[in-house]
Amino acid sequence: MPRTLPAEPRVSPEVVAAHGLTEEEYAAVRAILQREPTYTELGIFSVMWSEHCSYKSSRVHLKTLPTAGPRILQGPGENAGVVDIGAGLAAVFKIESHNHPSFIEPTQGAATGVGGIIRDIFTMGARPICLLDSLRFGPLTQGKSRYLLGGVVAGIAGYGNAVGVPTVGGEVAFSESYAQNPLVNVLCLGIAAADRLFTARAGGRGNPVIYVGAKTGRDGIHGATMASETFDETSEERRPTVQVGDPFREKLLIEACLELMATGEVVGIQDMGAAGLTCSSCEMASRGGTGIELDLTRVPRREEGMSPYEVMLSESQERMLVVVRRGAEETVRAIFGKWDLDAAVVGTVTDDGMLRVLDGGSVVAEIPANALAEGAPAYRRPAVRPAWLDALQEADLSTLPPPGDWGEALAALLASPAIACKRDIWRQYDHMLYLNTVVLPGSDAVVLRVKGHPGGLALSTDGNGRYCFLDPYVGGMIAVAEAARNVTCGGAEPVALTNCLNFGDPTRPEVMWQFAEVVRGMGDACRALGTPVTGGNVSLYNETLGRPIFPTPIVGMLGLLEDIRHATTQWFKGAGDLVYLLGETRDELGGSEYLKRLHGREEGRPPALDLARERAVQEACRAAIRSGLVRSAHDTSEGGLAVALAECCIPVEGEPIGFSGSLPGALRPEAAFFGESQSRIVVSVRPRQGPALEALARRHGVPCTLLGTTGGPTFTLTAGGATLRAPVEALAEAWRGGFAAAASWGAP
Amino acid sequence: MRFGILVFPGSWSHQDFQYMLGDVMGFEAQVVWHKATGVEGFDCLILPGGFAHGDYLRAGAIARFSPVMPAVIRFAERGGLVLGSCNGFQILCEAGLLPGALLRNASLQYRCQWVHLRVESTATPFTAALAPGRILRMPISHGEGRYHADAETLRRLGGEGRVIFRYCAPDGTQAPEANPNGSAEHIAGICNAQGNVLGLMPHPERAAEGLLGSEDGRLLFDALLARVPG
Amino acid sequence: MLRARVTITLKQGILDPQGDTVRSALAALGFDGVADCRVGKFVLLRLTESDRAKAAAQVEEMCRRLLANPVIEDFRFELEEIP
Repeated sequence: MPRTLPAEPRVSPEVVAAHGLTEEEYAAVRAILQREPTYTELGIFSVMWSEHCSYKSSRVHLKTLPTAGPRILQGPGENAGVVDIGAGLAAVFKIESHNHPSFIEPTQGAATGVGGIIRDIFTMGARPICLLDSLRFGPLTQGKSRYLLGGVVAGIAGYGNAVGVPTVGGEVAFSESYAQNPLVNVLCLGIAAADRLFTARAGGRGNPVIYVGAKTGRDGIHGATMASETFDETSEERRPTVQVGDPFREKLLIEACLELMATGEVVGIQDMGAAGLTCSSCEMASRGGTGIELDLTRVPRREEGMSPYEVMLSESQERMLVVVRRGAEETVRAIFGKWDLDAAVVGTVTDDGMLRVLDGGSVVAEIPANALAEGAPAYRRPAVRPAWLDALQEADLSTLPPPGDWGEALAALLASPAIACKRDIWRQYDHMLYLNTVVLPGSDAVVLRVKGHPGGLALSTDGNGRYCFLDPYVGGMIAVAEAARNVTCGGAEPVALTNCLNFGDPTRPEVMWQFAEVVRGMGDACRALGTPVTGGNVSLYNETLGRPIFPTPIVGMLGLLEDIRHATTQWFKGAGDLVYLLGETRDELGGSEYLKRLHGREEGRPPALDLARERAVQEACRAAIRSGLVRSAHDTSEGGLAVALAECCIPVEGEPIGFSGSLPGALRPEAAFFGESQSRIVVSVRPRQGPALEALARRHGVPCTLLGTTGGPTFTLTAGGATLRAPVEALAEAWRGGFAAAASWGAP
Repeated sequence: MRFGILVFPGSWSHQDFQYMLGDVMGFEAQVVWHKATGVEGFDCLILPGGFAHGDYLRAGAIARFSPVMPAVIRFAERGGLVLGSCNGFQILCEAGLLPGALLRNASLQYRCQWVHLRVESTATPFTAALAPGRILRMPISHGEGRYHADAETLRRLGGEGRVIFRYCAPDGTQAPEANPNGSAEHIAGICNAQGNVLGLMPHPERAAEGLLGSEDGRLLFDALLARVPG
Repeated sequence: MLRARVTITLKQGILDPQGDTVRSALAALGFDGVADCRVGKFVLLRLTESDRAKAAAQVEEMCRRLLANPVIEDFRFELEEIP
């Protein structure tokens, strides 16, 4: 029977409420324990049953997503998903949010987000080889947004560069809805031998439970419950709960853990992330069908006088929990000693299914591990379509005043921070380490070679919050389709995805409806495109002062290249090539960047998506790339066809290449130039290859329109009786300089 | 040629050097843990990039006291070839094997990008086979690469042909925007008085395959192949 | 017990872009009375040596060998009695 220590507060209804447990949840706790919990036990339940750890509002919906496939070695439920990429190798990857900590302290919040996701990857036995970041901020016209952007980028750079995992890609978007609640989603991918994967399971009664890594302090206590609350004016005063990252120690931890795994002594291993020692111990026991007994007096500490409650809930960074075979304790100590890291036996595996926590002689917590890890209530919360949606969707977009000059409108879009070149961000990140980055950041997808494999991997992150706000079902589908299209443009076949679902307060029926609809849309797209979900993360309560963010699913898509020579970029390769559009352009301006940037409106229906067409267009593009026809391929997305063509003209460095052509048809010019119809890819081919591409597209049943030719000093596009003309140098200046100008980042 | 690639806690480019020198170029290349006390049997030592000891305090400040460093210094004094790239250059300066120091980039930001370098001198075996004035293309990746030395040292380095590389524009001119970190006199790499110790901020190991955009980094080692038999 | 308060600054004449950036940020906040700004490092050392002279000699040596780089940095320190 656990003992309440003299210094611990009494568990009163107020204390229960302060821990974020409802009366019903507290009753469930008492039913599980058959008694009142101690203060430490209450803390443990509160973090494990928080939204962040238990997915209690989202689980019923997540279960509808497809998770199986021939290449999937590990779906959701472990620290990361695993995909068989052939040649005996596996790709281990996952995306996770660190939104709330990044708002409170952007640099450390983002840095520890990077550290956390890296640990999820090497925990599985993989060497982390790259990171991608998906970021959302308020408009850069606001000083606060520029401050958050600068801090988050500095945090990612400071941690990622030092720890030695290159940051090879990602994306960033801006909207008022993120002004008080930025999104920081970080994806990490690692490579492992397919037959040498590790899981987070505690097995074998009597095996030692070993704590490795940094010492425990009071950092981030109740970070997990913080991530399950909305923000108010006092949030910025909560800085002490933000953890501080140490990339150097993490680097040592990666090397030491991989070295230990190679010995064959590891039974199970998990990082101490959210809810620290609590989460890692009860999840490992629960997955292993075992119990764990911990003695907190053996936990290495950095601060004096920490209570059992604090030790169990600390979120100090760069710590792992490892179960090894009995007798291997010395091996662990020797390896960690070589890397100057702590390794302490803090407990043993038992067979009674309990998480038992001792503080010296006395038991301070004793809870069925399974009840903590799997026993949180699952809610099917009320979901209601928002009443305001009809008016937004039915906004009249038929009569928009045209801009004075179409060329200037294009330049304005190219300079908008959402579209402009993000070199000023990615050059702060090492993106070349490990000699894998074949297609550098800036194109649709980053392409990595994999040493020991004939092909490689393509990766892209995507998710348009504005589309999801205007139609969450369609927006959810597009998030998957566009990420897959990007990977296709890189020359790869999309094979699996990881996702991070960022939404508002799930107890609001409108938010819950958005969530359910986005997941439904994603599920349909995943099934149509053959890309199962391997896991990810849900971040709810993203709102400040009662305003939820745009519903924002971020999809991290993994693509596989069978031959690295298929790696393709979006940029035209020379003058005189033919430029084609695969797919079809319709009159669709709802939710477009054009509408926002030039008319200040975020309205209308997002572009429709026909999943069969999407699949056919992507298959045609991949077939064309594999048959060696394609010189460049670029997804047509934010900013529409004119922006996509201009982006093909402007490399990140070097001379731009002009373009001259037209889009046949009777569309009004703004829809032709800037509408964001889906399932479209701009490709360029050598002049004599035109007929071959047309024939290939016909075989796939995909519309294929010759738009024009590359070359010359001018960008000219004619459509709907209007001509858009601009010097390509001026467009290059807009695209290359737009971001630094908006972010007020100076040269060099 | 046998290469020994030093590994400090926090190094990360050693794997890339091993891949480049071993897998791509076919040399014998072996990693050497920083607690080793001898470096016998190697023809050339590489101090790779990374954040040795987290770059805490100053880049390279703690690594220079690693147990292996006295052996590295003896090796260099006897004329052994030593190349420090990025963090390795910082360590060589802190250890006093090369003059000057590397300060925080003038932009105050980390910079990972392709740069152009002009070969200024053939006073080291690493560039002995290259024509002075030749332009090489390699990546940089650092936050503290602004080379600094006092005026007298800079004069001496220039006068003795010990400035090996300067940052330049693609056409070889020294435009201010071609200097990615604000280094004094655009200096990207220098050698010691004997020419056997070379330090440079760029990463030659990242420019060894056409697939990755340049093979210019190999030239530094091709030159050695011509020089040392075996 | 003795505590050393070590201050490390860039030598005069060495460009300090961080200091310059801080000065312009202060100016942007209306503090236009700052003629120059230099950013340095501050190190606190709790010492086991109780003899002041010996402690001073030790800290001096620590600064020379590790804490400061004489090529670019100056240092100074004070010793103070702490409970």
